[in-house]
Amino acid sequence: MCNSHFRGSMISPRYHREVPQRYRLEAGKCKQCGHISFPPRLICPKCKSKSFETVKLSRDGKILTFTIIRVAPEKFSKETPYVVAIIELNNDVRLTAQVADCNVNKVAIGDKVKLVFRKIQDEGKSGLHCYGYKAVLG
Amino acid sequence: MVGIVGYGSYLPRYRIKVDLIAKQWGADPEAIKRGLMLYEKTVPGQDEDTITISVEAARYALQRARIDPQKIGAVYIGSESHPYAVKPSATILIEALGIGPHVHAASYEFACKAGTEAMYVAYSLVKAGEMEYAMGIGSDTSQGAPGDALEYSASAGGSAFIMGKENIVAEILFTNSYTSDTPDFWRREHECYPRHAGRFTGEPAYFKHIYNAGITLLEKSGMQPKDFQFAVFHMPNGKFPQEVGKKLGFTKEQMEVGWISPWMGNTYSGSSPTGLSAVLDAAKAGDKIFMVSFGSGAGSDGFIFKVTNEIDKVRDLAPKLRDMLDNDKIYLDYGQYAKFRKKIILNE
Amino acid sequence: MKDVAVVGVGMTKFGELWKKSLRDIFVEASLKAIENSGVDHIDSMYVGTMSSGLFVGQEHIGAVMADYLGVAPVPATRVESACASGGAAFRQAYFEIASGQSEIVLAGGVEKMTDGADVTDALATAADQEYEVYNGITFPGLYAMIARAHMHQYKTSREQLAHVAVKNHKNGSMNPNAQFRSPVTLEQVMKSTMVADPLRLLDCSPVSDGGAVVIVCSVDYAKKLKRPYVKIISSVQTSDTIALHNRESLTALKCVSVAAEKAYKQSGLKPSDINFAEVHDCFTIAEIVVTEDLGFFEKGKGGQAAENGSTSINGKIPINTSGGLKSKGHPVGATGIAQIVECYVQLTGNAGERQVKNAKYGLAQNMGGSGASCVIHILEAV
Repeated sequence: MCNSHFRGSMISPRYHREVPQRYRLEAGKCKQCGHISFPPRLICPKCKSKSFETVKLSRDGKILTFTIIRVAPEKFSKETPYVVAIIELNNDVRLTAQVADCNVNKVAIGDKVKLVFRKIQDEGKSGLHCYGYKAVLG
Repeated sequence: MVGIVGYGSYLPRYRIKVDLIAKQWGADPEAIKRGLMLYEKTVPGQDEDTITISVEAARYALQRARIDPQKIGAVYIGSESHPYAVKPSATILIEALGIGPHVHAASYEFACKAGTEAMYVAYSLVKAGEMEYAMGIGSDTSQGAPGDALEYSASAGGSAFIMGKENIVAEILFTNSYTSDTPDFWRREHECYPRHAGRFTGEPAYFKHIYNAGITLLEKSGMQPKDFQFAVFHMPNGKFPQEVGKKLGFTKEQMEVGWISPWMGNTYSGSSPTGLSAVLDAAKAGDKIFMVSFGSGAGSDGFIFKVTNEIDKVRDLAPKLRDMLDNDKIYLDYGQYAKFRKKIILNE
Repeated sequence: MKDVAVVGVGMTKFGELWKKSLRDIFVEASLKAIENSGVDHIDSMYVGTMSSGLFVGQEHIGAVMADYLGVAPVPATRVESACASGGAAFRQAYFEIASGQSEIVLAGGVEKMTDGADVTDALATAADQEYEVYNGITFPGLYAMIARAHMHQYKTSREQLAHVAVKNHKNGSMNPNAQFRSPVTLEQVMKSTMVADPLRLLDCSPVSDGGAVVIVCSVDYAKKLKRPYVKIISSVQTSDTIALHNRESLTALKCVSVAAEKAYKQSGLKPSDINFAEVHDCFTIAEIVVTEDLGFFEKGKGGQAAENGSTSINGKIPINTSGGLKSKGHPVGATGIAQIVECYVQLTGNAGERQVKNAKYGLAQNMGGSGASCVIHILEAV
């Protein structure tokens, strides 16, 4: 009755669409006011203009807040405990990402991080490998 | 003149000590360490695989090469742990690094020498004038069967080399390959772990192919072992490369810098390429490097490099192999290692 | 625009209702509300449910419920705004009466969460699927990040969060419909299993089944029914960015403060005029931040307020006399309506042990996701 394999699964077109963002951190910079939207949008949330240019986000940033996930959704259940943080990148854009390769008890607000390319999740045993960005300290 | 214009390596931060693996299976840690000359090995994080490792290594290679990624005409990744059985690892890498889409991409497989294969083909395309730049990568997250001898060494890591004709850092002077049907180590489709033929993997396989490829390479070049500052060989453990190097006439000192397996383990397709990367981090203009890989099944690819003074400009543009090998390590216990390497049967 | 009233309410017990289906739950609550209101028919209905499709594979909820309630062919619409689905459904009913379009509208909320679906996955659909959930965040994780930021900025303590849970369980123990009817101690909260640092199991509202329904009509019609009624004097809804990382502040819920300002303006009241409030305590930190953003306490002082008893039944501003989502339960779509039920019960003097003395104005604040939508209603006793 409940199609649990459908829910949250990375169906190809949906995954493929986000590749420029997840792999290359491509964002949309509003030509009018300069606000950067990540992911890119059709309407600037600040000035409502509709013209953008593609920019790449900086890979350097700092942690604004974070949590240590100990009860995770099924997909991530073998990886607990893991840290998820809201990170502010140097061009003032914020995003949510895991902090990899860290001692979960030694992460703090203000820590400097770098974004790296990692596998984020798998679509089950026979589906896609899904990649994207995570942060590492330093 | 054709050669390496940019190089880079990536090692995961996780390690497991050989002692713990030995204790797990009731073996004598000291005997293992003595016999194999291995102390610890790299372990990929749960979110790392051949593709993520290749992307980081290739990113560093691009940093050193300082070229527009769009100018790369081909990307080849050699591995025996490609994340997909069908879908080349390089397709994901090119998207991650902004290479292509007007690019040729393929996955290479030849046990532990898939990396040097990728390097050889990349070099050849540039030499043939087919394209300005081509990249060859050797990268693996190799899997050793629990309790098997190979579990002590099977590790993770990778190195990427961009070949070109301008601003060359290390010119490729000569190459030579030597191949035969030697069933020393293989993995059947759908099997989780490889099989190997014990001591048969030594003399008739590893030593025969590296020696023959090496001797022929020397003949081709008209050079002698003493003409080289560095020698790098495939490193399935700490012992074999020293033996084969000696057999070919190289000294321990020549092999020292590229001899990284005791702390890295055997990164399979990344093995000799990563040894090469360590050498390039230390080499000076004019240095000559002798490198022979080995892949079970079996075959060897040999290269002779000559370092140019461009090396001084690029060496510091990306992390050095030795830094990655020695610093910021995270040690795992056997249980964590087994979990990371998916050796535990889950209820799926 | 007509003046609008709530003239009858009903709800099921909240909890793990193994024997009852989604339809059963909704019908049970509806029948109670209809009977209590004295109406003999309804003109239209709105059903708030967040994820009937993901939980039980059923959409087209309006039709399903109209059918099972036996009121077809009246118009029946499912309303969704994640955890604010109930509040949003109530607001639609309010419009339909205020505009004169209908005389009697049923507004209900229902959720059936225990039929075996992956609850974490389903609830996560209230967050940004591609840029939050994809990267491994969970619902508790989002609020945990708000908690950590609030603790960092305002020195809110772990104990202060726990006080919210203790108070709400105490209130819930006096609510016959609550999922959890036993009090908890501060120590129990502080020692409960860690879910997403710093939030522990007892900081989190539970997984629940349940339904709540209210009957909405004009004040004039309510007078004719000669049943107790309360007046809706403000109805506001707001939205904000879906992703927490795009909010203006990580320690404030703008959707709440903007809605509150409008609600006070609409009703002509100040925060200090409100006698009690049902707020969206999906997690203890949510109650703390919401009480600040509703203007009950200075920004950053919500934790202190919880600790010093300001929000207890006898305190300056009783919050969540029903037990809140924490103790009453949180069948997602039903919550917004259950808040109205508690307001009605308080304002008509029927709250028994939980009664707030001289309750004249009650505020219900319902919220979706990590603060991407908010619905506020202010009700007045007559």
